[in-house]
Amino acid sequence: MLSPVILIPAVLNGLLIGAVYALVALGLTLIYGVLHIINFAHGALLTAAMFAAFFVHRLLGLDPYLAAVLLTPLFFVFGYGLQRFIIAPAAHGEDRNILLVTLGLAVIIENGLLYAFRADTRTINLDYAFRVIDLGIVFLAVPRVVAFGVVIVVALILWFVMSRTDTGRAIRAVAKEKLGAELSGIDVAHIYAVTFGLGTACLAIAACLLIPTYYVNPQAGNAFVLIAFTIVVLGGMGSVAGALLGGLFVGVVESLSGLYLGESLGQLGIFVMFILVLLFRPNGLFGERI
Amino acid sequence: MAEPVLAVSGLRTGYGATEILRGVDLAVNAGEIVAVLGSNGAGKSTLNRAISGVLRPWSGAIRFCDIDIGREKPATIVGRGLIQVPEGRRIFPNMTVRENLDLGAYRRARPRREDNRGRVFAIFPRLAERQSQRAGTLSGGEQQMLAIGRGLMAEPILLILDEPSLGLSPLLVEELFALIKRINAEGITLLLVEQNVAQSLEVAHRAYILENGAIVLQGNPTDIGNDPNLKRAYLGL
Ligand SMILES: Nc1ncnc2c1ncn2[C@@H]1O[C@H](COP(=O)(O)OP(=O)(O)OP(=O)(O)O)[C@@H](O)[C@H]1O
Ligand SMILES: [Mg+2]
Repeated sequence: MLSPVILIPAVLNGLLIGAVYALVALGLTLIYGVLHIINFAHGALLTAAMFAAFFVHRLLGLDPYLAAVLLTPLFFVFGYGLQRFIIAPAAHGEDRNILLVTLGLAVIIENGLLYAFRADTRTINLDYAFRVIDLGIVFLAVPRVVAFGVVIVVALILWFVMSRTDTGRAIRAVAKEKLGAELSGIDVAHIYAVTFGLGTACLAIAACLLIPTYYVNPQAGNAFVLIAFTIVVLGGMGSVAGALLGGLFVGVVESLSGLYLGESLGQLGIFVMFILVLLFRPNGLFGERI
Repeated sequence: MAEPVLAVSGLRTGYGATEILRGVDLAVNAGEIVAVLGSNGAGKSTLNRAISGVLRPWSGAIRFCDIDIGREKPATIVGRGLIQVPEGRRIFPNMTVRENLDLGAYRRARPRREDNRGRVFAIFPRLAERQSQRAGTLSGGEQQMLAIGRGLMAEPILLILDEPSLGLSPLLVEELFALIKRINAEGITLLLVEQNVAQSLEVAHRAYILENGAIVLQGNPTDIGNDPNLKRAYLGL
């Protein structure tokens, strides 16, 4: 057994790491819940967003947290356009085609990035990247604390949009009852694109939160999306609250298994737990949807 | 005579390669209640889907208030005031009664949403009591009220009701037909698709009989009620 002195910091750090996982999972589960497709381009789009955050810093000298203000609306528009003008027309309304189209997009984006930037791994140096907050019993890395705070704010905004605005209600209506929504005058093609845009915007924010402490190369996003898939299944496919709780939970699992099994095996814990959940609670840990 | 509110002519459509509607002609004049009757699988709901823009016409024309809507999206058609309360209610089960009603005014009449909600609650006091209840937990009859209420929120010029009496108790069916008359008296034109022949013919000004995707009989309700072909078309005798 380990003493609380070691356990508490591990849990707190796990929660902080989990917040960014939750954000990536949020985008994925939102798109799944409304369009009923698994977006295979999610990882490539995260990578693209990380490159964008990297170059906005390198070329414009913009701090990644400020870059988020610029990149979030930009990626929303990009995601909107991608769904409306590429994915939907290419899929001809067939769900399994959409799957293939997003897979194709992932290949194109990844190879485009590989062609443009090679397989090199890039990092940026920020003076606050290694700064810590001393809570007495634990040191917390500043970028992680910032990320946690931002994710909480994003979740609150998203909750407000989904439950209090007409567009949010329209999104929930389309998710559950597409024909009823169409006959109420909701433009389903538009709502699909808005949802895809929101999912992509989540990635832009996640990228800006990751880039101060993480590296970017043409594969960088995939590691996060693999974990995000796990979270989406854990939280219940399509459940926004499930993605958030699942993300935090997975962060803690990773941190604790790192503690017990050794740093490099931290993610092993996630996948062992994932298999256990699939075996015993195949509908996810929390159930409820959108 | 004035231009009809809805004019369908030579409408052909179907699913995949299967033709269901084989040249349908139908008109609804302002202020009328028009009934479309026909047995299961005759193509009534298919006709409604085509009129609402959910299903693309293969050929023929659909005109609403003198505008060709045959190629328009469902949302645009709703915006023009052609509202359908579909078969099977299609309410939003995960949302409250109030949210369901408000979404009825998503495209049209949004500025008058509060007033219209009040009007719907006056017609269906049951819905007012259950404003904050999730729609999926309403009884079947309450769900049907909600579906009609949601349709009324958009201030329809033409309201299409697809089998609204399905699954209602005899008492509620009586109330429903009284409501249909009342809605019509308030100036809303109605296209009523029903299995309930006797009561539909009672409230309708004119009726059409659809059989195998084509209109086989049309006219005033008394003549149609007495027509020996009705039983054949309807009961498949
Ligand atoms: N989505 C679909 N795909 C293929 N065929 C369909 C589809 N929807 C309906 N059909 C077929 O079209 C025909 C007409 O169906 P429709 O729903 O229009 O009948 P209806 O007159 O409304 O019947 P009911 O009174 O039972 O509602 C039926 O034979 C049905 O099987
Ligand atoms: Mg039908």
